[in-house]
Amino acid sequence: MKFKYLAAASVVALMSITNAFAGSKSGPVKVGVLATLEGTYTALGEDGVRGMKTALATFGEEAGGRELEIIIQSTDASPDSAVRGARKLVEQDKVDIVLGPLSGSEGIAIRDYSKTQPQVTFINGISGAQETTYVTPSENFFRFNMDGAQWSAGLGDYVFNEKGYETVATVGEDYSFIYTQVFGFATEFCQAGGEITERLWVPLGTKDFGSIIASLPDDVDAIYLGLGGGDAVNFLNQYQQAGGDANLIGGSIMVDGTVLSSKGKAKEALIGVPSSGPQADTWDNEKWQAYVKKYQDTFEPEDRFPSPSLLGTGYYNATTAMIDCLEDVKGDLSDDHKGFRGCLSTLKLDAPNGTITLDENRQAIGTNFVTEVVELDDGNLATQVVSIKKNVNQTLGIDAAKFAKIGLPSRDVPACKASY
Amino acid sequence: MRAFASRHPFWTALIALAVAILLWLIFAVWPKGLIEVIGRKKVFLNALFNGITLGGLYFLVASGFTLIFGLMRNVNLAHGSLYLLGGYVGFFVADWTGYWLLAFPAAFIVVGALGILMQIFVFRRMEGQDLRQTLVTIGISIVMADLMLWGFGGDFYNITPPEWLSGPMETFFVTGQKRSGDLVYMKYPVVRIAIFAASVVIGVGMWLLLNRTRIGMMVRAGVDDREMLSATGARIQLVFVGVFAFGAGLAGVAGVVGGTFQSVAPGEDIRFLLASLVVVIVGGMGSIPGAALGALLIGLAEQFGSVYFPTYAVVLTFLIMVIVLAFRPQGLLGRA
Repeated sequence: MKFKYLAAASVVALMSITNAFAGSKSGPVKVGVLATLEGTYTALGEDGVRGMKTALATFGEEAGGRELEIIIQSTDASPDSAVRGARKLVEQDKVDIVLGPLSGSEGIAIRDYSKTQPQVTFINGISGAQETTYVTPSENFFRFNMDGAQWSAGLGDYVFNEKGYETVATVGEDYSFIYTQVFGFATEFCQAGGEITERLWVPLGTKDFGSIIASLPDDVDAIYLGLGGGDAVNFLNQYQQAGGDANLIGGSIMVDGTVLSSKGKAKEALIGVPSSGPQADTWDNEKWQAYVKKYQDTFEPEDRFPSPSLLGTGYYNATTAMIDCLEDVKGDLSDDHKGFRGCLSTLKLDAPNGTITLDENRQAIGTNFVTEVVELDDGNLATQVVSIKKNVNQTLGIDAAKFAKIGLPSRDVPACKASY
Repeated sequence: MRAFASRHPFWTALIALAVAILLWLIFAVWPKGLIEVIGRKKVFLNALFNGITLGGLYFLVASGFTLIFGLMRNVNLAHGSLYLLGGYVGFFVADWTGYWLLAFPAAFIVVGALGILMQIFVFRRMEGQDLRQTLVTIGISIVMADLMLWGFGGDFYNITPPEWLSGPMETFFVTGQKRSGDLVYMKYPVVRIAIFAASVVIGVGMWLLLNRTRIGMMVRAGVDDREMLSATGARIQLVFVGVFAFGAGLAGVAGVVGGTFQSVAPGEDIRFLLASLVVVIVGGMGSIPGAALGALLIGLAEQFGSVYFPTYAVVLTFLIMVIVLAFRPQGLLGRA
């Protein structure tokens, strides 16, 4: 009896080994998805997953003749949770491709992890720290979204020249993505002639902003807010309670669908606030509208936002790029995904928010939108296009050598200077 | 008071001096030199008041936790989930009825009822088995977190306070002087003042209930010696159910408060469980005044930390905990 079990177990073990070898050409392609489905960024991660599902609903759950087997793994926006999740996907579930992660510092950690797993291809979800692809980029890590600094392109000019804000103080969550966002905003705003008087940093997951709000300087023209998710909602709520009435400027995830569709009155403080990011909710472009429609059709109204958030769009684009290239190589992932990766590197992704190509670091070059928050007829808040900036690259149009001299985004880099 | 003063003249003088300095900091117009060293008075006063009001919220959550622990020796790690559930119930009741005040009794009753169910179906079945209870409550908190995520989604919910509570009000605290010589008075959110007042009322009410009534006497007796109390014929199971329901209900009420001046979302359950654990460890397990003191300390530490040394704000809370554990392991007001 015992022997029988042993034999059966060996057969199963052998079968799984042969499967692992056969995995490169036939059978389903295993795709692991990392998204923040716990903690402060839960709402963001949920919409990321919806973006991925919208892509599958649009292009089918099959690519290059192979079925796509999706495994979703939750993280909580901390780098160690992302690495733990990725290890589980790679080492236990034996996935071929990892889609994700969502949050800035997670991305840096996953880039490092990807170097230890050359047989797996990593396609970034929507994480936007500059460092991820700018410093020691990884051969098998591809990012089809722009970083936080690129998402700031156009905003500094707009608020200085059109809005007339000359002095700005910034409040941001103390981690890589927001550093990158402020980096992008500051370089442009300071070059335009503006001055950043103070930069306040709060820990990610701060709930009580009472004292931060009191310490905001009142002799500046506007306050830049680099907060996301629950932190953003809490800030706005407490800002209204404290009677705050300064001009606000929003970071990309501050005025995103995730905050604009929160329940309660907090979000109303954002009406009219200028911001920038990789999308504008009400853009009248045909392809964008078709994508929004598809998103709306894929999910019941109560299970989604009124229109996709930038996180949903990021995961949608990452999934689309993956499907495009799997089609291109007919599902052949042999020789450490050589053909597949070649395709990704040269892909011209026809995304709903503008064409995206990759640079030599496998970092996206794409279109950026300066927006303003408006109240729609149905009472929902959404972002509206003010101006569009095409072909924004990672060095923000600054000469590469000069750009490197600015330094990496951090609490007080870049210094506010008239030219770099 | 007088006995303390005559026994410890040095400490008394020190405490009196500290209080005097604090009062001066609150009421005086700050001289220029001081502003250069520690910043504007507005920031300091706000940090102080916000710390106290945040302490009020922590007290609401932690007092139920400590009451349950003190009487039943249950470490209820699902306490954070009760807080979160209270927040969601409060949001929907306030949203449907339009009356913010109705959210409080509704959250208290619903969450308190859940507490009764937990006591009857879970804790009573494993009385005296600390480890098992702890593990089961962790399990319950995970299941509840997922059920709530399923039911309410990952969105952020804000409970909107009524008109008369929104916006700021002018207080009589001077924050500075304009060049013209006019004094500038501090503006402070009304809702935070209301919430703080409410938590003081609840705290005092609880103290009176515990120290001045027959039920309170039974609860206190139960904290000291359960077996003896039940031997005297008191219906201890009934007391247990009552205390558990009350403690859980308080967590629910705290959820409404938290949802009003912060927000309700997944992940808050863990945050408030951790906060109440720290508060209770600092203040002393099972002591209501201890919970009040601990909550005040942690609230102040968080707020002062966030303005004066933001990078280490998170560490500060735990630093207090470590110091207390090192020098007074039973907690500031706990009994050994």
